Amino acid sequence: MFKQLDRILGGCLCALLLSCGLAGAYDYPFADPYVATVVGTPSEYMEPLPANVPVKVETLKMFPEREVPGILWNLDELRYSYVRQKGPAPLIFLIAGTGASFNSPKMQEMQKAFYQAGYHVISISSPTHPNFIVAASTSGVPGHLEEDSADLYKVMQAIWQKHQKKMEVTDFYLTGYSLGAAQSAFIAKLDEQEKVFNFRKVLLINPPVSLYNSVLILDEMLEHNIPGGLDNFSAFYERVVSAFADVYANGENVEFNNDFLYRAYQYRNPQSDDPLEALIGISFRISSENMVFTTDVLTKAGYVVPKNLVLRRHDNVTDYSKVLGRLSFLDYFRGIFLPHFQAKDPSVTEAQLIKTLSLRSLDGYLRNSEKFGMIHNEDDVILLPGEIDYLRDLFGTRATIFPHGGHCGNMAYPDNVSAMVGFFADAKN
Amino acid sequence: MYKSIEHKLRILTIALAALAVLFVSGCSVTPKVDPDIAYEPPRHKVEDTLKETVVYAVDVYDPWEGFNRRAYTFNYYFDKFIFLPVVNTYEFITPNYVQKRVSNFVDNVYEFDNFTNNLFQLKFKRTGITLARFLVNTTLGIAGLWDPATDLGMPRQREDFGQTLGHYGVGDGPYIVLPLFGPSNLRDATGLATDSALFYLGPPNLVKDKAIRWTFTGVAAVDKRHRQSFRYYRSGSPFEYDMLRMLYKSKREIEIAR
Repeated sequence: MFKQLDRILGGCLCALLLSCGLAGAYDYPFADPYVATVVGTPSEYMEPLPANVPVKVETLKMFPEREVPGILWNLDELRYSYVRQKGPAPLIFLIAGTGASFNSPKMQEMQKAFYQAGYHVISISSPTHPNFIVAASTSGVPGHLEEDSADLYKVMQAIWQKHQKKMEVTDFYLTGYSLGAAQSAFIAKLDEQEKVFNFRKVLLINPPVSLYNSVLILDEMLEHNIPGGLDNFSAFYERVVSAFADVYANGENVEFNNDFLYRAYQYRNPQSDDPLEALIGISFRISSENMVFTTDVLTKAGYVVPKNLVLRRHDNVTDYSKVLGRLSFLDYFRGIFLPHFQAKDPSVTEAQLIKTLSLRSLDGYLRNSEKFGMIHNEDDVILLPGEIDYLRDLFGTRATIFPHGGHCGNMAYPDNVSAMVGFFADAKN
Repeated sequence: MYKSIEHKLRILTIALAALAVLFVSGCSVTPKVDPDIAYEPPRHKVEDTLKETVVYAVDVYDPWEGFNRRAYTFNYYFDKFIFLPVVNTYEFITPNYVQKRVSNFVDNVYEFDNFTNNLFQLKFKRTGITLARFLVNTTLGIAGLWDPATDLGMPRQREDFGQTLGHYGVGDGPYIVLPLFGPSNLRDATGLATDSALFYLGPPNLVKDKAIRWTFTGVAAVDKRHRQSFRYYRSGSPFEYDMLRMLYKSKREIEIAR
């Protein structure tokens, strides 16, 4: 009870200090970018958002003719969500980050923030999410920014067609985080030619510069941070589980909820040997296992599953997950991605392909188009040294770069939510 | 009339059980290999990549996998066509405020499980806290509709009989996906059965009216599903079954250690 009193007093004190002119400092709680990336924004620091918004989830079949093997049976309809305002309002499309669905925690936070600010919101899964690959990817081979963005553009039109009679839309906006931010740039470019939506404003949140560089960084976070190498992953995992068990047993009022990682951080703080980089790497590796397996099975690439073996709904696939756990993004790039594009055009080289997977390939467009804004973090862990400076130079005054936050860790922090919503609000008036 | 509800529920239960049995029969999980087809080896072969000496975290003892994978799908359909529509209707017709009261009420009744299992594990302080919680919440919290005990520094001390068995060193046993209840293992399924038996021999026996007992069971089931955000096959991962199996094992390990 005293604790709560303490917190209330503390809160009053903070408010007092802030009103005395200390505002302006950026007080997101984690200065360590790896902590920020893993823990995110604990609920007590979050921008207060409505608990419930009238979200509807619907499905769409982009390729009704496509034959889907049994093991992918539940992925053939693309799931997306939307929230509608009562009267006329601008419509904003949200694109999820690598491996994330329309329904990921970050997407839900964005959806709530924009709905609260008065927008119709449509949320779409990342083209790297298995559901998107099966239901909406033309090639079934994700990772190509331009092609994936074209698929997204088609999906956006299909969804819009379904809902346009019931949504009074005054303007179209677009945003995405992480990989979804990079795709937003490519979608905006495509929209300049196709002119279906004529996006008035487009916001990129924590985009990578070079997709290729960023995934190599993420691969290394796993491969370089498991003591004794990946052969010892199980022992590493057991240690993480028992560390969590320790937190759960001895921490104060620890429950399994969204704040569990934060409670763990508070309980163990400060321990410099906590395996944060490995945790980020694991999360990325799990996303890519899902993505690569889906592509392998769908396109019969013969990567880990024999080409002509048909996997049925309840077949055991555990061994494939173990094999994929050992394979990096570079393996996917060389084993599926490059061969796929070389089969279409034998003259394509690896270096050429890598070049297309970058915002640098849109430099002139991004540099000169007024419709863009960017929110990023100085210490984003998926960028190589110098890449944040490139983005700062590319977007100039259109960039808002926070000092901390790692990769997307601070998206739900009040300053960030204001920056995100505020960017579009300027255009709305 | 109550009798007929009970009768209908019983028939429904039997029908579901029969459906589950039908659904999970024919339980192979080995990919179907046609002897007449020459399979082109993939770029990364299982036998070349995996090593006998390495332990893989995703491997969990699962001798009944054929049954389990089908029970998993059965639960998906049960959720989709029966359970979730009921839960959604409940969420639609009741305000959040009422839902919260119902959750507190259900939790308060089930403090019985926490009480017995903390006692079985000789965790006397936690047993005491649980008892105090029950008394405070039943009185001050008006029949458990509110939870003032947590605000008074007496948080809920979750324990079940699976955890009690684990506390005394009983291992997981084979992984089981229970129809309707979901992921479990032999130890925890035994625990679940024991808790239910103790519960129904215990406090509900004081309530003689069967209609009330049935209603409570139903409301508790709906309330629990309402609070559980997990949805079968919604992660989008083709390895969801495997991942959940691994996480279930770890989660229980963490809970037992408390």
